[in-house]
Order: sequence, then C-alpha cells, then structure tokens
Amino acid sequence: MLEFISQPWPWYVAGPLIGLMIPLLLIAGNKPFGVSSSLRHICAAALPTISDYFKYDWKKKTWNLLFIAGIALGGYIGAHFLSNPNAIDISVETKSLLNEWGINDFSEYIPSEIFAWENINASSLILLIGGGLLIGFGTRYANGCTSGHSIYGLAQLSWVSLVATIGFFVGGLIASWIILPLILG
Amino acid sequence: MKNLKYLLFGTIFGIILYKAEVISWFRIQEMFHFQALHMYGVIGSAVATGMISILIIKKKNIKTISGEVIEIFQKDYTKGTIIGGAMFGLGWAFTGACPGPLFALVGAGYWPIAIALVSAILGVYLYGILKNKLPQ
Repeated sequence: MLEFISQPWPWYVAGPLIGLMIPLLLIAGNKPFGVSSSLRHICAAALPTISDYFKYDWKKKTWNLLFIAGIALGGYIGAHFLSNPNAIDISVETKSLLNEWGINDFSEYIPSEIFAWENINASSLILLIGGGLLIGFGTRYANGCTSGHSIYGLAQLSWVSLVATIGFFVGGLIASWIILPLILG
Repeated sequence: MKNLKYLLFGTIFGIILYKAEVISWFRIQEMFHFQALHMYGVIGSAVATGMISILIIKKKNIKTISGEVIEIFQKDYTKGTIIGGAMFGLGWAFTGACPGPLFALVGAGYWPIAIALVSAILGVYLYGILKNKLPQ
C-alpha cells in the first residue's frame, strides 16, 4: 500500500478519483466542481471597486476559496510526504522534442532550464506572465477552465463545455506547436 | 465551520493532481503533442466517472447531506466560450498549468509559478475592466 502511494498514480486511478469530486461536492453542499471562479472571488475580496464584475457577495463563495487553499495544501503534502521517487516518465518523443527546445532536466515537475529562479530570463517571463494573464482573462471570458468545463461540463454532456474544451485545445495546440518552439527553440 | 470540509476536499484534490503528475509542464506538452495517453486517460476517466455519478444522483434522486435537492446548472454559451477558451489554452501550454495546478504547484514549493498565479489574478482584473467592451 505504501509503495503504491509513493509511486506516481496511473491515469485509471487518478481520473476516477478526480471524477468523484463532482458527486462529493454536490452531495456535501450543492457545490459545482470548478476552480477558476475562485480567481474572481480573490479579486472581489481584495479590490472590488475596480469593476462591477467584482461587486457581489464573495463571502457566499468562501467554500471555493477554502477548496483552492486545500489544493495548495495538497500540493505541499504531495511534495513533502508523498513525492514520486523518480523523474517524470514522459514519452521518448516528448523528451527529444523538448531537447530541441534546450530542455534536458526532467527531474522536477517544471523545466528548471526555463522556470528555476536562477534561469529566469525574458522568455521565462513571457511564458509565466503572459501565460498567467491569458489563464485569468481566458477562463473568466470562457466562464470556466479544465475542471469546470472539460470535466464537470463534459460530464453533464454540455455542448457549451465541449465548445470551450475545443477552444482550450485550439489555444494549446497553437502555443505548443508554433509559439513555444519560437520562444524556446 | 460548515465550510471547513471544502478545505479537506481541496487537499484531496491537490494530492491527486500532484500524484498523477497532471500539474507537470512536461505532461501538458506531451498531451498537446499527442505523445501519450496519460492526460487523456485522466480527463476521460474523470468525465466518465462524473457522468455516471450525475446519472445515479438523478435516477435515485439523491439529496445533499442536509436534505436539499441537488441542482446541476449548465453554463450558457457566449462568444467568450471559444475566444476565452482559446486564450486560456495558450496560457495552459505556456505555463503547463490550469488554475487548479497553479495553486498545487505553488503549494508544492515551485515558487516561480507564483508569478503565473499573480498574473492570472491580474488577468481576471483586466477581464473585469474590459468585460463590457468584449463581444458576449
């Protein structure tokens, strides 16, 4: 059991567990599975005067803020007590592609050549700041992210969430096939 | 206090995200290059499990623990569904993270990712400011 917990979890274990978050949240208190709306609640709590979009009673969404605090705590527990013993076992094809982009260190979850403090440069900042802005703006404009649309929405057979998920992939494919090779290659 | 259980649920979700490596930038590039089943398996089996759960909840008329009728709302379509969706997709591939993983990565001690998280919050402010000028 301990050995299983310390290994990376295969998709057929992790996926169903993530899917069970949906009935868990519904049965616990009629809450919809989704993460990106929490970003709006953070804005509403911190500086609501910026736009009418932030003038609502965010305190009613405290559950969502506790949920994301939990996600961060889960990341902490994972990294400190349940960390995977080996480097991420991505496919050989992905490794050789990333080698062409100057990425050879696969020992962490993020590529140290671009995202470790000592290696942060203009390209890293474009990816982190540009990427972050696009995540925040895009998920609010699309009214959901991977959890709310691609998992909870698709599980409801919502065509809106299918369109959103196609949108996610259009952007992701453009970034990963065209823009990242230009920035990193 | 009744909200405290959501901290626990979030913690479980964060541990799953960590253990399944779905918060890894490498896994996201691998997914967008169709070079492994892993991410598709995670998302696909999560959707299937969620779908079956929702069917059971509806069929058996399952209530919440406090006895309320369970309400499942579908999201509305706007022009932002696809445009905003594609913008988020760009950011997902750039940072290797969607919103949940941003929090999990910072929690795991990958502090440079906090730059992306703060930028995401600024992106939401920007959206709030520009919302009425965007096609909806």
